[in-house]
Amino acid sequence: MHHTLVALVEDKPGVLNRVASLFRRRAFNIESLTVGRTDVAGISRMTVVIDSDQVSVDRVAAYLLKLVNVLQVEDLRDIPAVARDLALVKVAVAGHDRAQLLRVVDETRAHIVDSGEQTMTLEITGEPPHVDAVIARLEPLGIIEMVRTGQVAMRRGDTALSAARYS
Amino acid sequence: MQFILLIKDIYLVGTTINLTDSEPAVHTDSHMPTERTGAQIIWECLVHEGVNTVFGYPGGAILPAYDAMLDYPVRHVLVRHEQGASHMADGYARAGGGVGVAIATSGPGATNLVTGIATAMMDSVPMVCITGQVPSKLIGYDAFQETDITGITLPITKHSYLVTRVEDIMPAIKEAFHLATSGRPGPVLVDITKDAQQARLGWEWNPTPVKLRWHRPKQSVSRSDVAKAVDLIKASKRPVILAGQGVLQSGAINEVRQFAEKINAPVALTLLGLGAFPASHPLNIGMMGMHGEAWVNHAIQEADLLLAFGMRFDDRVTGNLKTYAINAKKIHIDIDPSEINKNVTADAAIVADLRHALKDLLDAMAPADHGAWLKYIGSMKGDSAVRDIQALPDNGHLYAPHVINDIWRLTEGKAIVVTDVGQHQMWEAQYYHHEKPRTLITSGGLGTMGFGLPAAIGAKLAKPDAEVWAIVGDGGFQMTQAELSTAAQEGVKVNVAVINNGYLGMVRQWQEFFYERRYAATPLRSPDFVKIAEAHGLTGLRVERRTEVADVVRRAREADGTVLIDFRVEQEDSVYPMVPAGADLDAMIRRPPQQPSVLVESAADPM
Repeated sequence: MHHTLVALVEDKPGVLNRVASLFRRRAFNIESLTVGRTDVAGISRMTVVIDSDQVSVDRVAAYLLKLVNVLQVEDLRDIPAVARDLALVKVAVAGHDRAQLLRVVDETRAHIVDSGEQTMTLEITGEPPHVDAVIARLEPLGIIEMVRTGQVAMRRGDTALSAARYS
Repeated sequence: MQFILLIKDIYLVGTTINLTDSEPAVHTDSHMPTERTGAQIIWECLVHEGVNTVFGYPGGAILPAYDAMLDYPVRHVLVRHEQGASHMADGYARAGGGVGVAIATSGPGATNLVTGIATAMMDSVPMVCITGQVPSKLIGYDAFQETDITGITLPITKHSYLVTRVEDIMPAIKEAFHLATSGRPGPVLVDITKDAQQARLGWEWNPTPVKLRWHRPKQSVSRSDVAKAVDLIKASKRPVILAGQGVLQSGAINEVRQFAEKINAPVALTLLGLGAFPASHPLNIGMMGMHGEAWVNHAIQEADLLLAFGMRFDDRVTGNLKTYAINAKKIHIDIDPSEINKNVTADAAIVADLRHALKDLLDAMAPADHGAWLKYIGSMKGDSAVRDIQALPDNGHLYAPHVINDIWRLTEGKAIVVTDVGQHQMWEAQYYHHEKPRTLITSGGLGTMGFGLPAAIGAKLAKPDAEVWAIVGDGGFQMTQAELSTAAQEGVKVNVAVINNGYLGMVRQWQEFFYERRYAATPLRSPDFVKIAEAHGLTGLRVERRTEVADVVRRAREADGTVLIDFRVEQEDSVYPMVPAGADLDAMIRRPPQQPSVLVESAADPM
């Protein structure tokens, strides 16, 4: 089962390494890991998606909290959350009906962000299953190159994991 | 000109410090920043942290620190290999209860520390390692003796610092000491570049204690946790207290004792917990686990409640988790939240310092009596003294358990015993009965051969008035025997009992039990250990018969300086009982009966 953990971490050299090393050392598979700034200088936010059972996820959360540079960890299981993934997909336009590709774009809220003579580059944003579904529709058309950011997530509603609390 | 200036600098520093004075050579009264080099700041910080002994080995990238060291009231113990430094710092910390400090240069110096750091990590030993690093401009260029030691030690340190600027040295060292000792203790590494050591800074000691705001070493005990635990205790008819090293580390010796006495419950100990509860206490039933007492493992399997105090349900303690104490509820008290539900699911958990948790529990719970349960465990044990092997007949062979039991008797159980890893380690745990905390020092989690001798030297330096014995095997001893030279140079007296059976004994035992006696790479030819000792200017003695043990042990204790005794013991003896790795805890291999019996496991066994 997929679990989403959110961690606020100190923005210091080696922190990403410590977190990644922890997952490797404890033999957990990372589905995706994203890291970026928060609104507070010096505090970064990681979203980690792992495929594991709940007991193991509890273990990981406890191990993460033991890292000195980790300020807070939140397991988004059972918590209503907004999750987003972004993909850039370069699709071949030669050799098939261009209209077919445009139809996919039209029906899936994908954006054309670039186009060349041979290819068209799409941006797909949404819940990870949505991104998966769009990619599945693009596959028969010939994906030349693809990149995904991995999932970011945040609680719905007024409850917040505010970095300012940890500054 | 440059050279003269340098000497003048050192001289000026020297004038502010009086080495013959017993006061620390550190300014605490002045609020004016004084110009210091990074190297000096390292020692200022160490002295402020209360360090008076360090273990290390110099080299290029740590040379500025070594140069500055001469002006500070710190004893430096020159080891023969940096692994010795980390083990000595470990033994020093475990025996003395403080922080051990190891120092090494960059590259191979730092990597040689690794085994000792991993040992300290697995056994939660507070240790600070300081390593030199190549100048910051050279980092990443594969410079001479450059290695990414913070990267290498990432999974085996509690935390680590790479310091490239002189102004970061004090914060890093202060945090290192704070982290090493707070919460669940562990090793912290501070890697300091040579240029940071050489740079100068207007500096003064910042006496404010470190506060890492979001690092939570201490958690308060919640009332609902306590209430849940109290209910489980009340409902229990067959409780067993499992006491681990956390008892020693939180200083909860008295609380555990009061707790056990209040509910009249048996106490079983982990290997690292030995000494946390007096061996002679009637409620002490002995060590649990792979080579624990048979009746202890049976009691755990038949218990209806396990009270785990500062222990982590290591696989050597539980055997097969699927069948481990399946009828028992579990109360788990540990300071490290990640230990709760890791191996064994807790029915009630308290994440807190054990001493605080037990105080709260003691207040909340009513006295109880489990006399019938204790009597039942006693019946499994037999009615005479446990592992009292003095009266057993001498069949002319020398057995390691006899040697260790004799050392216990002759030292009146008062020595600090440091072991290596293997059969002798388990026999020590079985036949040397520890009354007091921090009197058994052993590598439990990592199982590090070569630990014994250096850790014993460290222990002796932490407790100079204590009698220190290193009980080691012929295999492990040879891994770090060069530290005999350190003991000789430093004038440190430890008594080294080499339990010499000509095999890598524990591996041989596994080969005997599980690999059809195919002794692959376990027969071991050793040098003449007596001559080795003598070559170091130390005393070497040899024992081949049981009748000689007492006299030789007495001579070793009376001799000045480190003494090595080569005990030529039975070659193919095995440690019993034994729970094979991964087997059910009560599926023990028992010692086959012998006629006449020279060793028994319990007085209930047929003799």
